Amino acid sequence: MTAQAVAHPAAAAIDPSARLHVITGKGGTGKTTVASALAIALAEGGRRVLLVEVEGRQALAQLFDVPALAYSEQHLCTAAGGGEVVGLAVDPEEALLEYLDMFYNLKRAAKLMKRMGAIDFVTTLAPGLRDVLLTGKVKERVSEQERDGSPYYDAVVLDAPPTGRIRQFLDATREVANLAKVGPLNKQSRGVIDLLHGPKTQVHLVTLLEEMPVQETVDAAQELREAGFRLGAVVVNRVRPTLVRPDHIGADGAADPTLLGQGLDMAGIDASFALPLARQLAEYAERQRVQAENAARLDEAELPCIVLPDAIPPVEIGELTELAGYLLGER
Amino acid sequence: MTRSRRRSPTLDVDILINDPATRIIVTCGSGGVGKTTTAAALALRAAGAGRRTVVLTIDPARRLAQSMGLTELDNTPREVSGIDGLPEGHLFAMMLDMKRTFDEVVAAHSTPERAEAVFANPFYQALSTSFAGTQEYMAMEKLSQLAEQSEWDLIVVDTPPSRSALDFLDAPQRLGRFLDGRLIKLLAAPAKAGGKAYLRVVTPPHSPLTKAITKILGNDLLRDVSAFVSSLEAMFGGFRERAEHTYELLKAPGTAFLVVASPEPDALREASYFVERLAGENMPLAGLVINRVHSAATASNGDALPARRAEAAADALAGKPVTEQSELAEAALRVQVEIELSAQNDLRMAKRFAAAHPDVAIRLVPALPTDVHDLVGLQAVGDLLALPQ
Repeated sequence: MTAQAVAHPAAAAIDPSARLHVITGKGGTGKTTVASALAIALAEGGRRVLLVEVEGRQALAQLFDVPALAYSEQHLCTAAGGGEVVGLAVDPEEALLEYLDMFYNLKRAAKLMKRMGAIDFVTTLAPGLRDVLLTGKVKERVSEQERDGSPYYDAVVLDAPPTGRIRQFLDATREVANLAKVGPLNKQSRGVIDLLHGPKTQVHLVTLLEEMPVQETVDAAQELREAGFRLGAVVVNRVRPTLVRPDHIGADGAADPTLLGQGLDMAGIDASFALPLARQLAEYAERQRVQAENAARLDEAELPCIVLPDAIPPVEIGELTELAGYLLGER
Repeated sequence: MTRSRRRSPTLDVDILINDPATRIIVTCGSGGVGKTTTAAALALRAAGAGRRTVVLTIDPARRLAQSMGLTELDNTPREVSGIDGLPEGHLFAMMLDMKRTFDEVVAAHSTPERAEAVFANPFYQALSTSFAGTQEYMAMEKLSQLAEQSEWDLIVVDTPPSRSALDFLDAPQRLGRFLDGRLIKLLAAPAKAGGKAYLRVVTPPHSPLTKAITKILGNDLLRDVSAFVSSLEAMFGGFRERAEHTYELLKAPGTAFLVVASPEPDALREASYFVERLAGENMPLAGLVINRVHSAATASNGDALPARRAEAAADALAGKPVTEQSELAEAALRVQVEIELSAQNDLRMAKRFAAAHPDVAIRLVPALPTDVHDLVGLQAVGDLLALPQ
């Protein structure tokens, strides 16, 4: 498929004035790459953008080729026009200790709890509580202000958990609020719910043009929409270029090796390549057809699509900056 | 099994699946690399070779699940049939129903009245449906159950698409530790003490711990947790014991791990962690399957057509008068450039992994033009997996 095959315009898909951009997608679709490219795009023009990861994979450090991110903000790269991308890897255990200290002045208790296995419980077993801590930390970073009251970060980009868990992740706070119907945990939750469900947050879905990712994208779009989140764009990652025209392939699904051989001859390529190349061409045409079919199914998500080309690895800052151009519709 | 000590660089899946000593194959790796397809294809191939095989899938693509006759999550192995070369009564497939598996464990370890109380408890409902690690825990629980039944020659297990590929190794023990641990016994105290005085029994009333737990969790949640725990009291010890049993099963001779990846940095990085972790745990690694490896067309005599040459030829054609022949050849050459570049990249990725892990047997599986969603497709994948390399 091609950019033209996508029905919805890319414009207005990503709202640069949103304070929080949540990037989700099926595993293996390139969430981290897209989140990083978006952070670079948003930082252009002198803005300061925070890029947050929450899955403990240190994927940002690897992508930007910096040492593992500690639980503090760290410069990742600069962007055009004096912009800056800052990285943060949120660790649930650190977030819990910080939370206990900040809201309850309970650092000592935290140590005790750790011995009891309570910290282990909160941060690794109970995703509700774990996700509350992670989203709570994100909320705290989004709300950080300069002395004059303006936001410290112009935007925050969250490399979020995959589509299979995204609604639970974003709504963990709400579930915990229901489980703990009164009390400080409940009160604490409201601010997070309001930010995530509010107009300042956009959720973007990353997909490949393959069966499972497309299905998950369509399902997640519906689920998130029903749950009241504001959706932004579907980012269609790693799209293969359209190289074969329908008329290159016969009704039998094959390319004519004799014609192809004659063409190759004009370019000085040996005729012994005709048959294998004809086969490969037909296979590629089949891939294109499947891509187009999956692209058509994406329409069910009813979201604007942004198409990114397949960047040959290794993907580094240069490639990310190039992808950033696509995200803001400059390419 | 001694496969982990084998130094051969290629992985022979036919030796693996046909060896009567191989009882369990676990496929693992990061999401989106074709784990489920690989597991299903191996199971189909083993069944075709006459082994009575069951494949436990976690979250298969819908059409793939349907092709195996899995239309609902019913936690029961269903016979797969309808393809040539598959003897009757040899291949069964099931999809994991996490909640039902958990319910079964509870039911098996308590009285019906107690089980009812547990099922109705809000904390249990949260634990059995949405806790991190529950899916991994239950997948391993189900594996134990299947392994206890003597009817299977081979069990192929797909692992959940975890946050980290290692979760299924750790989650059962972590959850078992938690359920049997001091914390939950402490939380269980109030139901026994008959009121809110519980924390005072264990700790002084104004201790930081008492304050912390009450403050953070609130009284409602505490009540649910403690009711849950006290109704599960008979099972204490059971959870951890079962988790340890599963862990031992994974280390036992007869179990083989197959790490699955695609030729991409992230997937191979996960694969590396996995390989190292398995070695650290003394778990038997059969090898690495790298799916979706591109390979460009070569001439019948084996001659290659490098990307640079193909591109120059395509550009030359683009400069000539357009004919049907020239257009077709140009398209074919551009496709060659595209595939050849991918192929080079894929091979570089595979070589890097091989250099870093010289002992790991590797199997490259060619990229298929379309998604696999029927038994014929699975059979084709099985053939590719077993292709001599």
